[in-house]
Amino acid sequence: MFLRLEFSEGKHSRSGLSLASRWLLGGVISLLSLALMLAVISTDKATPGLAEWVSTHLDRSGVENPVTAVLLNFRSYDTLLEIAVLLIVALAILPGPNADAAPWLSVDERKPVSPLLAGLLCWLVPMALLVGGYLLWTGAYSPGGAFQAAAVIAGAGVALTVAGRHRFCWQSSAARLSLMVGLLMFMLVAAVSGLITGTTLQYPVAHAGWLILLIETLATVSIAAILLALFTQLHDMAAAPDKEGAP
Amino acid sequence: MNTELLLDMLLAAGALTLAGLSLLARQVFTAILLYISMGLLVTIIWVRLNAWDVAIAEAAIGAGLTGALLLIAWRRLADEDALQTSQPAEFKEVDDVPET
Repeated sequence: MFLRLEFSEGKHSRSGLSLASRWLLGGVISLLSLALMLAVISTDKATPGLAEWVSTHLDRSGVENPVTAVLLNFRSYDTLLEIAVLLIVALAILPGPNADAAPWLSVDERKPVSPLLAGLLCWLVPMALLVGGYLLWTGAYSPGGAFQAAAVIAGAGVALTVAGRHRFCWQSSAARLSLMVGLLMFMLVAAVSGLITGTTLQYPVAHAGWLILLIETLATVSIAAILLALFTQLHDMAAAPDKEGAP
Repeated sequence: MNTELLLDMLLAAGALTLAGLSLLARQVFTAILLYISMGLLVTIIWVRLNAWDVAIAEAAIGAGLTGALLLIAWRRLADEDALQTSQPAEFKEVDDVPET
């Protein structure tokens, strides 16, 4: 691959900009990046930041991992919006709901799959689900969490899709629910905690632990579903021209 | 201490080199592979910075899933290309942005 590495000037830039304006743009962007780097370097290192505050308040967060504490408790608003953004992305690319659509996951046993690949998937997919569950659970006290777990689980779905027998369809109600359930539960917890403690997303300290686990679990389901939906949608599109081409 | 510094310098230089090559590569497929390789190097950099959460996220989402998405998008572009012409996928064939 690296032997055929080719570089070309201007062949893939059909933006209509002249060479001079492209150099000018490049210069401006480089200067801006340089200024940002200088700003980072010149920032006073003595400023303690919020790390100390987080570690002193960790016992009130319900979890032991400071990263999870910040993402799911102290600054959970950010995470809520991240999940909402992901859902918007999924809605933008998916076709509309259709009650008569194919089920969420359909298996075509007749499709020929290499026995080696089928055997590998038999081990790989349960393994990925297990690792995903572990990453989700371990997020409470060591590195891990909903996004990492969801990516691993979505990876299992990607492997299944690429192998060819399994097909995911996102038009049924169950599939739609799996896309939304993370955001729904997050917003429900936000509303209820707002009613109880008076501040939205400020969980009662005694219940913070299982509330975070509940949100993370359903968020994992949703994020995995959204990431997988992105992939399967592109996969179906890529497969479509073949079908049209065949008489 | 010095070996660690050398390792960090190598990682930083490698990530920057791969990023540059990925931007400049003419073939889309090469660019994607270089991008995934850069993601894996960046993962190691996050580990060196002791940010394990970010490292796992970068490996799983940045290098893994984004790579898969890019590859499947590349395949679709290649299929469309094959329908129109018999040339392999290149930037000039696919990013047809209408000009104002």
